[in-house]
This record gives sequence, C-alpha cells and structure tokens, in this order.
Amino acid sequence: MQPFRRHTGLVAPLDRVNVDTDQMIPKQFCKLLTREGYGKFLFYDWRYLPGEKPNPEFELNQPRYQGASILLTRANFGCGSSREHAPWGVADYGFRVLIAPSFADIFYNNCFKNGLLPITLPDEQVDELFRRTYTHEGYRLTVDLEQQTIADEQGLALTFEIDPFRKYCLLNGLDDIGLTLQHEDKIRAFEEKHPVTPVQYEEVDMWSPERAAD
Amino acid sequence: MATQTMYEKIWNAHLVHQEDGQPSLIYIDRHLIHEGTSPQAFAGLRAAGRKVRRPDLTFAVMDHSVSTKDRTLPVLDDNARAQFEALWRNCRETGVRLFDMHSRNQGIVHIIGPELGLTQPGLTIVCGDSHTSTHGAFGALAFGIGTSEIEHVLATQTLPQFKSKTMLIHVTGRRPPGVTAKDIILAIIRKIGVAGGTGHVIEYAGEGITDLSMEGRMTVCNMSIEAGARAGMIAPDDTTYAWMEGRPFVPRGKDFQLAVDYWKTLPSDPGARFDTVVELEISQLAPQVTWGTTPGMVADVTGVVPDPASFTDPVERKAAERALQYMALEPGTRIIDISIDRVFIGSCTNSRLEDLRMAARVVEGRRVARTVKQALVVPGSRVVKAQAEKEGLDRIFKAAGFEWRDAGCSMCIGMNDDVLPAGERCASTSNRNFEGRQGKGGRTHLVSPIMAAAAAIAGHFVDIRDWGVGQVE
Repeated sequence: MQPFRRHTGLVAPLDRVNVDTDQMIPKQFCKLLTREGYGKFLFYDWRYLPGEKPNPEFELNQPRYQGASILLTRANFGCGSSREHAPWGVADYGFRVLIAPSFADIFYNNCFKNGLLPITLPDEQVDELFRRTYTHEGYRLTVDLEQQTIADEQGLALTFEIDPFRKYCLLNGLDDIGLTLQHEDKIRAFEEKHPVTPVQYEEVDMWSPERAAD
Repeated sequence: MATQTMYEKIWNAHLVHQEDGQPSLIYIDRHLIHEGTSPQAFAGLRAAGRKVRRPDLTFAVMDHSVSTKDRTLPVLDDNARAQFEALWRNCRETGVRLFDMHSRNQGIVHIIGPELGLTQPGLTIVCGDSHTSTHGAFGALAFGIGTSEIEHVLATQTLPQFKSKTMLIHVTGRRPPGVTAKDIILAIIRKIGVAGGTGHVIEYAGEGITDLSMEGRMTVCNMSIEAGARAGMIAPDDTTYAWMEGRPFVPRGKDFQLAVDYWKTLPSDPGARFDTVVELEISQLAPQVTWGTTPGMVADVTGVVPDPASFTDPVERKAAERALQYMALEPGTRIIDISIDRVFIGSCTNSRLEDLRMAARVVEGRRVARTVKQALVVPGSRVVKAQAEKEGLDRIFKAAGFEWRDAGCSMCIGMNDDVLPAGERCASTSNRNFEGRQGKGGRTHLVSPIMAAAAAIAGHFVDIRDWGVGQVE
C-alpha cells in the first residue's frame, strides 16, 4: 500500500450529506474483477449525461476543481453498501484526503486499506473550509499526517484526531495481513481450543471438495 | 464479575490477541462470500502467494448478479459470467464450498445462511456485504466487510477490529395489526437517523422485538446498517431454538441440547451497561413509507410528503429539497396519493416465507392494477421458492398478475436485468431508496411486503389497515 505522510493539493467541494457508496460506484461497475481503473466511474450518475458527456452542473466537473486531490464533503459520507469499489474509485480518481464531519464505518475502514486519509472535523470547521473553498479559486490545503495538522495558504491551521494505530499503518503503508500473520502461533492456539468446523447432518446441494473427490 | 452485554460476551469469546493501542484480533467462525465482492480478494491472495486458511469455515453462493428468469439459458452478460466463473474457479482451487446458481439451496447469502443453519447464536460471521447484519437476529455477531478484509479473513480467519460502542434499542408495546417488522425498523431509523448507529453495535430488545418471528427479527437486524450500525443483534430465545432445530448444519439430539445450553448463556446480563439507550413505543405505530432518498426519509402512511422548509438544519433542508426533486414529489402530497409503476417483493430484507405468505394473503382473489407495469415476487432462496410453491403461493401471485421468479438479489440492487427504469416509481420491500439504487433515475419507496402487495393492487399506496387486517395477520 502507498504510504501517506504529507500531502498538499487542490480542494474540491461536494456539498451533500449522506453520500452513499452506490452513488460513488454504481452497481454495473461492481461486476468487474479488478481493483484498478474505477476512477472514471466515480459518481457516474451525477457526473455524466447520456453518452458519458460531463454534466456541467456537477460540482466536480467545474474547471476550477480539475486535478483536485482533497475532497471536502458532508456527514455520513460513504454510507450504504460495503463495496470497496467506492474507495478504489475515490483513490483512482486522484483523491488522497477526504474531509467530512463524519464517515460511515465500513467505508471509513476501507479507506485505510487503500492509502486514503479520511479526516473527521467538527461541523463549524467543515463549514469554514467550504466557505474558503468557494471564495478562493484554486484553494489548497496541506495535510500532515505525522503532525495531524491541516493548513491553508491564508494562515488557517487546524488539527485532527486519528487512531494512533491507523496512523502508524498509513504512515508506513503497512500490509494488514502481514501484521496479523505475526500472530500465527496465537491464531493456531485459539483454533485448537475453539473448534468451529460446522458439521453437516443432512445432504445439501453444494459443491464441496469431498463431493468432487467422489 | 462485571455484567456484560451479548456483544461483549461474543467479542471476548473470539479474542485471539489484544494489545494496548492496537485493534484486537478477532476470530471469524463463518465467512460467507459471493460473486460480487470476492474476486479481487482471491486475486490478492494469489498475488501474495497466500492460501485460504480455513476453507471449511468459508461458504460461497452466487446471488447478486444471477438471473431470476430461466437459469438453463446461457449468461449473456459477459461481466456477470466472468464473476460466476471466477467464483467457481476460486472455490475449486481453494476447496471452499459453493452453492452455485443451479443449486437447489441457492439463494441470497443472508437468506441461506440461516436457512442452512450455518448461522448460529454466539458465532462471529462476516461477509463482503453490508446486510450481513441480518444474521445478528440469532444472537450472532455479524457484520459486513470490504474486499481487503475478505482477503484478510481468507488468509488468516481473523480480523483486526476496534471494539464498537453498544446501543440498546428497547421496543415496547404491542405491534398493532398491519404493522410489521419492516415498519418497526423504518421507525427506528426515522428516530435515530441514518447515521444514528455509526460506531455502534445495536442490540434490539423489548416485547416489540421478542414478539417477532425469526423472519421479522432478521428484517429488523438486516436494516441496522441503514441506521449506520455495522451490526444488529437480538438475544436468542425459544423462538430462535425452535426455528433452528433440524436445519442441515445445526447439531442434533444431545448435541442440540448442549448447544442450546451454551446459547442460553449469551443474552446480555441484567443491568449490563450500554453506551446509548433508545426507547421506541410501537402500540400506535402506523405502516411506514419512505418518501426520499435515504431510509430515514420516511413517513406514516397516513402522513404527507414533508416540506423541506420545515427542516431547521440547512444541510438537512438541502438534502430534502434534492430528494424531492429526484423523487418528483411535491411537499404536502398525501402518501396514499402517490401512484406507483412497479412493485418489487424480494431482497434479503423481505423475501422469506413469512413475507411471501403475508403478501399472498393480501393479493389473493385480487388483481394488480392496470396502471402497474410490473409486479415482481422474487423469493429469497430456492428453498423458500419450493416451500411457497408447495403452499400454492405462486399460483396466488400469478393469478393476481405478479411475476413469480427464481431466487436472487434482483431489483434490490439491479445487478442482473431486473432494473427499475428511469423516472419510474417502485413500491419495494428492499432496504435502500438511494438515488439510482434499483436503476439509474428510478424512484424507490421502501415498504413492508403487505404494503407493497396492497400498492400493487391499488396502483398507489394504501393504508393496509383499511383493508381488514384479519386477513394479513
């Protein structure tokens, strides 16, 4: 995973509450088998008119927000479906930081698996960032994960909270599975005293290795 | 020893490792997978040279993209076919058990888990699908995960997890006739909001919950995620044990008794402390109908579409304005005056036998309104379908003008060809009324199965209580 330390980038506003993951990557793109290439589908139904022409009414299509890498949005961002296609799309579009008053749990969790930094700020601070983004064309922020700070070029300086372990993993781009496998002995010990293999008492119509071997 | 909630008991029983300042490592008893979110996880596993650690604890099913029409025909959608082939190949290569689209036991993952008895009290259950919360109805800790976490569970059979906060939702009073589990959960979401449960595991309790059948309890837990909670749980009781006994993967005879003895230790201790407590009184509850684009935008069937101006919070007001524009609704419109184009009875929320029985009783001897273009009944599993056919429910639906389909996720998510066309309005028993959820530009109103059935007959929403509730309860 790509480590995240410090990032400076253009801010794009998405002034909507409860943006769900269906909206980020609609169903038809959840049939692909890869993790890559979802950026062009991000916010598909809002972003495109028929024939995949950019919809000029959609905020992110405005010329001033092209190349944005910090998304500023509203509460409960990422609610709904668990599809990781949503953070894949957000990251592939070019975002590295998301700022909102709150995020939905599964989406929030999925962000950290994909090198994205979701930052939660109080409503008043998010309101202020929206004001500044609209007022100053080319509004940029610098986000420092190590210091847990957000700064703009006009002197605004904010701090944010983040779980220390999530921070550590993101700073170092650590692979979760690798970390867990360091506890292999504990997993094995747990399995020995916690037998959970389901026992089948009745024939069901299921492919299984046993059936394949018959 | 200090009192514990059911969540804490199950959490503690699955702790593999804990360390200050780090998420705890939790053991996973059942990993359910489907074609939609698993291919990238298997690919990641392969790329890293890792194996599926416990194929015996992993069960796969095809549900999201399957056709609900004739499955003997070839799959014409190239992307869907590639998903099915990938799942088939991944299961064969790793030894994971698979219910493919031709299996007699195939169905929506959250319907077949309980149906097969794979879902049991006290287990930890995960699936790459947010509605995994459904399984909590049995007193299991069950939650949806992303694809990276699927890969993690495949490789390690564990998940690093931060402990959630706990919320008790105490539902008091007796459920009035015509009011179902769906109305209770919609009323809960209306009360606490679509982010009200964020960061929490919800336990539902009180007579309004214990009075429900297992089917109803699953409907309630299913939509926990629509309130922002990752998991919902209900303490197991005699209703739970009776429902489970004799299912293919449930212990039998003396072993069943031993299992029940263990399950009886699971409910939250009296006086256990929850971080948040919510009360809902349901003796006056009316059937619920959503009017907007989140499950929290919901009204009594006797009510009207609200005026966005009545929202004090500017962000909420803007969301309501946007929702009404998308839904093509005017403030003040009576809910019962909203006409519908299509009806969908199905999804992991409401496609179990009880749902179909109740809906069939509403439509029996009646006809779908001429103005309704399509009324679909999609059983949640092939076992549900077979049982419904044995009871003659299919004939009742077909005689009334409904289409009787094969099992799958269908028009809840529209990944197959059951899609709600743009600009059309659907009375749906599913769980999400998000913009475009059932199809781009489609307008979804979430309701209970009996409310959807009645709307199909009338061509618009009706208060099911006016139809003589004796026939539906």
